[in-house]
Amino acid sequence: MKSFTYQRVTTPAEAAAAIADKPGAKFLAGGTNLLDLMKLQIETPAHLIDIGRIGLDKIEPTANGGLRIGALVSNTDLAADPKIRKDYGVLSRALLAGASGQLRNKATTAGNLLQRTRCPYFYDTNQPCNKRVPGSGCAAIAGFSKQLAVIGSSDACIATHPSDMAVGMMALDAVVETINPAGKTRQIPISQLYRLPGKTPHLETNLEKNELITSVVLPAPVGGTHIYHKVRDRASYAFALVSVAAILFKDGSGKIAIGGVAPRPWRVPGAEKLIPSGAKAFAAKLMEGARPTQDNKYKLALVERTIELVLKEGKS
Amino acid sequence: MGETMKEENSAGNISRREMLAGTAIAVTTLALTKVTGVEAASPPQAVVPVVSAEVSFTVNGKIQKLEIDTRTTLLDSLREHLHLTGTKKGCDHGQCGACTVLVNGKRINSCLSLALQHENDSITTIEGLGTPEKLHPMQSAFIKHDGYQCGYCTPGQICSAVAVLEEIKAGIPSHASGDLNAEMLFTNAEFRERMSGNICRCGAYSNIAEAAAEVAGA
Repeated sequence: MKSFTYQRVTTPAEAAAAIADKPGAKFLAGGTNLLDLMKLQIETPAHLIDIGRIGLDKIEPTANGGLRIGALVSNTDLAADPKIRKDYGVLSRALLAGASGQLRNKATTAGNLLQRTRCPYFYDTNQPCNKRVPGSGCAAIAGFSKQLAVIGSSDACIATHPSDMAVGMMALDAVVETINPAGKTRQIPISQLYRLPGKTPHLETNLEKNELITSVVLPAPVGGTHIYHKVRDRASYAFALVSVAAILFKDGSGKIAIGGVAPRPWRVPGAEKLIPSGAKAFAAKLMEGARPTQDNKYKLALVERTIELVLKEGKS
Repeated sequence: MGETMKEENSAGNISRREMLAGTAIAVTTLALTKVTGVEAASPPQAVVPVVSAEVSFTVNGKIQKLEIDTRTTLLDSLREHLHLTGTKKGCDHGQCGACTVLVNGKRINSCLSLALQHENDSITTIEGLGTPEKLHPMQSAFIKHDGYQCGYCTPGQICSAVAVLEEIKAGIPSHASGDLNAEMLFTNAEFRERMSGNICRCGAYSNIAEAAAEVAGA
């Protein structure tokens, strides 16, 4: 690990102001992803601003019947919250399908959203990777790409976003709230949080430099049947090959986001009018423009079949 | 448990740990000589200063104050600074669970946490759960049910299992829970899912599950 200086802050505004003063600084929340990357010298911050105790650890009702989840609420606390379990089951299920009990106790809501890809070529510092070293090339495209993206990817990068939680939040139309060093706050719909890689895969989100996520807002409950189905190489504690977050309604309509297939949770609202027509028609529209490799073209069939399973479960 | 091993190895014998420590010093000396030789022929490299900071937390009921390199993980602070070597370093990347400790009653991977993040926290390690004279019920059950072979993952397994029982009591759901809103109960399937972050290469899983079931009264 590279040497760094360390600072604790006590409020979100203090955190945002502190980062503006320090070149090469990063926020440290739970640390479960950042410290791992620092040990491998994939992340080499010169200064860490520990935001672990700036509040933002509550889940509170909003004026219009939704919930505001503090950025530092742990994945365990979010999954176990009675209101989340009752009205936003897809989010609770997505969280519980991710990581291990130990990691969920430490990992935070905003940290989960901003975690980096687990592409093995991003992790292997002997390999070229446009996300890790812009312009160095992509070893994954001609490499072992079974786990990697089939859609939304580019000639520069085929990494996937690893989060389960974010897939649930995408189906729920969550909104991310932030503060910048000048103290200005704004709201970003989760559908606009992540960038597709294009030629600049190192730019992963539409957050400004030094912008801090303070909370995630869920709209008022929409009802329906909530399902999160994750397909992986072992029964627990593994990243998704494909996952499906679904909110299904009695009239046959629904909201469906897919994990494990793209650089961000994959949702195409325009395709959802085809959900009542069945998995085949919906999946074809949802995955239109997919560009899989030989190694991961199986994911297209897997997406369709997992959606079919989820639609069946929704009806039963 | 590591400390116990050392005590049992008395009678003038050098313990395995002391032997390893001695070897490490010898290797370090060799490496330093080599580096010095290289430096004589090449331009001096920029020296990166070590940045240290202070932290204070409670470990097994005792207040500890440390001045440490900012990079020190909670795991390394326990093992290398406080010499509580019961907590084990397995993968050092949060994948194996050997480093599991309880922080304010909740289990975490101590390898993926900086010591500095734990100011004023209360930490319980395997040494704090029980002693050889007065074992924690989970420690006794692991012995009774043969819940280990080589023992390396065992402190993490025990800390994790103790926390799992508390999590079930607190009604925290898991991926194996059929109904998110129902009362949470100890079952074999629930325990196995909740323990998936603790890997045992010897494969003592079924005995670990039996040990935990006995403690849970299931």
